[in-house]
Amino acid sequence: MTSKTVLRWGLYGILILFALFYLMPLFVMLTTSLKSLEEIRTGSLLALPREITFAPWAEAWSTACAGTQCEGLRPFFWNSVLMAVPAVMISTIIGALNGYVFAQWRFRGANLFFAAILFGCFIPFQVVLLPMAQMLGLMGLAGTIPGLIFVHVIYGLGFTTLFFRNYYVTIPQELVRAAKVDGAGFFRIFWSIFLPISLPIITVSVIWQFTQIWNDFLFGVSFSGAGSQPVTVALNNIVNSTTGVKAYNVDMAAAIIAALPTLLVYVVAGKYFIRGLTAGSVKG
Amino acid sequence: MEWLERNVPKVVLAPSFVAILVFVYGFIAWTAWISFTRSRLMPRYELDGVTQYQRLFDAPRWDVAMNNLFIFGGLFIVISMVIGLTLAIFLDQKIRAEGVLRTIYLYPMALSLIVTGTAWKWILNPGLGIQQAIRGWGFENFTFDWLIKPEMAIYTVVLAAVWQASGFVMALFLAGLRSVDTEIIRAAQVDGIPTHRIYSAIIIPTMAPIFLSAFIVLAHLAIKAFDLVIALTGGGPGYATDLPATYMYAMAFSRGDLGQAASSAMIMMMVIFAIVVPYLYSELRPRHDK
Repeated sequence: MTSKTVLRWGLYGILILFALFYLMPLFVMLTTSLKSLEEIRTGSLLALPREITFAPWAEAWSTACAGTQCEGLRPFFWNSVLMAVPAVMISTIIGALNGYVFAQWRFRGANLFFAAILFGCFIPFQVVLLPMAQMLGLMGLAGTIPGLIFVHVIYGLGFTTLFFRNYYVTIPQELVRAAKVDGAGFFRIFWSIFLPISLPIITVSVIWQFTQIWNDFLFGVSFSGAGSQPVTVALNNIVNSTTGVKAYNVDMAAAIIAALPTLLVYVVAGKYFIRGLTAGSVKG
Repeated sequence: MEWLERNVPKVVLAPSFVAILVFVYGFIAWTAWISFTRSRLMPRYELDGVTQYQRLFDAPRWDVAMNNLFIFGGLFIVISMVIGLTLAIFLDQKIRAEGVLRTIYLYPMALSLIVTGTAWKWILNPGLGIQQAIRGWGFENFTFDWLIKPEMAIYTVVLAAVWQASGFVMALFLAGLRSVDTEIIRAAQVDGIPTHRIYSAIIIPTMAPIFLSAFIVLAHLAIKAFDLVIALTGGGPGYATDLPATYMYAMAFSRGDLGQAASSAMIMMMVIFAIVVPYLYSELRPRHDK
């Protein structure tokens, strides 16, 4: 064997070792969720289940206790859906219109405002947590799903605006000028020129927002009430529930259930997921 | 009507303008104000100087939180960058099944930090987790109980966070490597320059902006890493793994100490400002020149 092939094998070895490192937690979660508690206590963390049981999944979904409520993850899963879907749609629509203005209808002060929005993407949310709690109370939205939707739309705007602005800025301004000469207005140009080419960036924005909102914990735990908690908050409550025996298999099943929607999005549309991540950090 | 016609773009932006003004900048101002008052359970508006900040800096728990932020942030950023860059360079060597490997490396980024924390909490628990599994293989004295050791627990947070984010850094760097001009690389190869020199002298220096972006994103994640600590250690043992974010949350929602919550949030924001403002400035500047 030449030294080059040895090097090549080493390279693959390291790459595969890292792949195992990234896969291990998922493997452990999945196998633990399919074992009985008895097997977990006597067997090894890294062993495959001897006898596969789906009982922990059923329990995690419909009977596990989150705090005092013992209805499993199901009601909270739907809370997350009810929160994420409108919040994603509204913030994407507003972001598209904002981005369209910033990219194609520049006016005095637009740059400053854009910088102000961009800056808002970077604040630690802790700095708005207290006043937002007060404000939601004043608006009568404290502890409700509409309240959470409102919060996610407001603090998601920055990123969606950034995505669309960076996408639309690559479209030549002559196009808009020509359309204006032909008598088309602001919305007509958006509708018939910009929207038809926007599918890729809409996908990026929807995936980004969905992942952010579905995975959010801070807003969920700060602003939700007993009936409106999102799935991440419920998962944390189930795991830290002190009543009864510690059911690790149920915890793991619950964790996978909470992770499934975003994992699915990643598997189906990974390319757009990566674009969202990089668009947020690299100059467009 | 004609006025409306001409000002449609501004009208469209107006709601966002108001929202950002009130809910970002107005709220920051509110928090800043509260941080200079004696507010406890309820907000009070009479200014009281810097007493909250004095209390904050005198609190041993805040000291631990800031120390943890620097330990956690520093290690998390450096290790994620090293792993990310290494994986990116290795993957760039015309690797078979690159797509599959890339997918595997990056998937943790799609998970909620609560899920990540839950998984690692289970893996790292000394009773039934990885320690027990490795002992079962015959290494009777193997010990890996960082999760319950106050002086080591913060490193479990580093481990889980690196697991979550290093694949993302890999993706950033790989995109950067691929965008380097292939002509230059080919010319260097023709001249017989060894591969590691091509990387260290040609490719990596041109990726400076990507290092900066990766740093910003990671630093930002580190300062916000609230969910992970809550799910993995709950801030414990004791408050050994408190971060400024968990300190702020505890003051705001369980201790009923709004003044402390506000002042700790302001410090967090200043730390982020110190990192992000120069970055945003350099990002936005070239556009003004156009």
